[in-house]
Amino acid sequence: MVNAPMMDRRAAVQRLMDTRDEALVVTGLGSPSYDVHAAGDHDANYYLWGAMGGAALVGLGLALAQPTRRVMVVTGDGEQLMAFGSMATIAVAKPSNLEVFVLDNEHYGETGMQASHTGQGIDLSAAAAACGFADTAVLHTLGEVDALTTRLVTEPAAGPRLYVLKIASENPPRSLPPRDAVYIKNRFRSHLGLAPN
Amino acid sequence: MNTSTSWPHAVFDELKQASVRHVGYVPDAGHSKLIEMSIDDPEITTSMLTTEEEGIAIATGAWLGGMRSVVLMQSSGVGNCINMLSLPVQTRTPFLTIVTMRGEWAEFNPWQVPMGQATQASLEAIGVQVVRATTGDEVVAAVAQGATMAYEADQQVAVLISQKLLGKKTW
Repeated sequence: MVNAPMMDRRAAVQRLMDTRDEALVVTGLGSPSYDVHAAGDHDANYYLWGAMGGAALVGLGLALAQPTRRVMVVTGDGEQLMAFGSMATIAVAKPSNLEVFVLDNEHYGETGMQASHTGQGIDLSAAAAACGFADTAVLHTLGEVDALTTRLVTEPAAGPRLYVLKIASENPPRSLPPRDAVYIKNRFRSHLGLAPN
Repeated sequence: MNTSTSWPHAVFDELKQASVRHVGYVPDAGHSKLIEMSIDDPEITTSMLTTEEEGIAIATGAWLGGMRSVVLMQSSGVGNCINMLSLPVQTRTPFLTIVTMRGEWAEFNPWQVPMGQATQASLEAIGVQVVRATTGDEVVAAVAQGATMAYEADQQVAVLISQKLLGKKTW
């Protein structure tokens, strides 16, 4: 049996956010939204509380609209499994400013830790690579996350990138972003200098 | 202009006029002209989708970044979209989709009928405004007003193009 993932999710996300600089960040519903919020609320964060399967594609729309800005999507294995086809759509669209980070604990943490497909052989990194993502990897340690964050801000991308972070299956204390979807939308657009409508 | 056959051109002009710069689509015979024109236009970015609800998430992200998007789909695809439509509805994000109808007029394929009959009710149930159009002129007017309602009044709007206008599918 393969060892269960051990990485601390909050520490891993903190490292991603510490090197975000000007990046725009979209978070998938549930724990990824809490993790990104726990790393520090930001006007350039767009938190999803629903629309499961939508995070990477909201990121794609944003990356197409803001081609000079780095767009980071932070989501979970369950959310990305629901959006399996999105990897084909993103690969065909080829946005070189889009990075998808899948926090993979091989479980559905929000609903009681039921096992997900990723603990039973489904490799989202390999699937993204097969679709044609420019770079993909599976990361098991915080040291690997540090090396990746350094590489991401120095190496130009040839296309979309997807990284699977194997994290421990635990539910840290919730750090709740605002649930008012219109407020979050307007705050985000205002950060980009866009009017509410 | 006779819009009974040229409506896709007029619809495209209305979308350009409304500053739409992104089109999400799944392959569809009824939308083939609009898809073709969108791909050929250097001002417009297109996204080929594997399933219709992807277009809704992309359109929401595009609006977040200041870009107007429209999603082209068939009535059967509306059924794939229901939960994802909570995204523009709940975030009050402008959303415009143009839907070609099946299963409502001279339909030969019974499998198209259930979703075709449920399209309008499904959209309205999740909170999307529905405008039906049965002539070329009506389609153009519906898209023009729908673009205003969506992008300027923050509404979520679906224009349903009647199968009557699209004609019986021939084999």
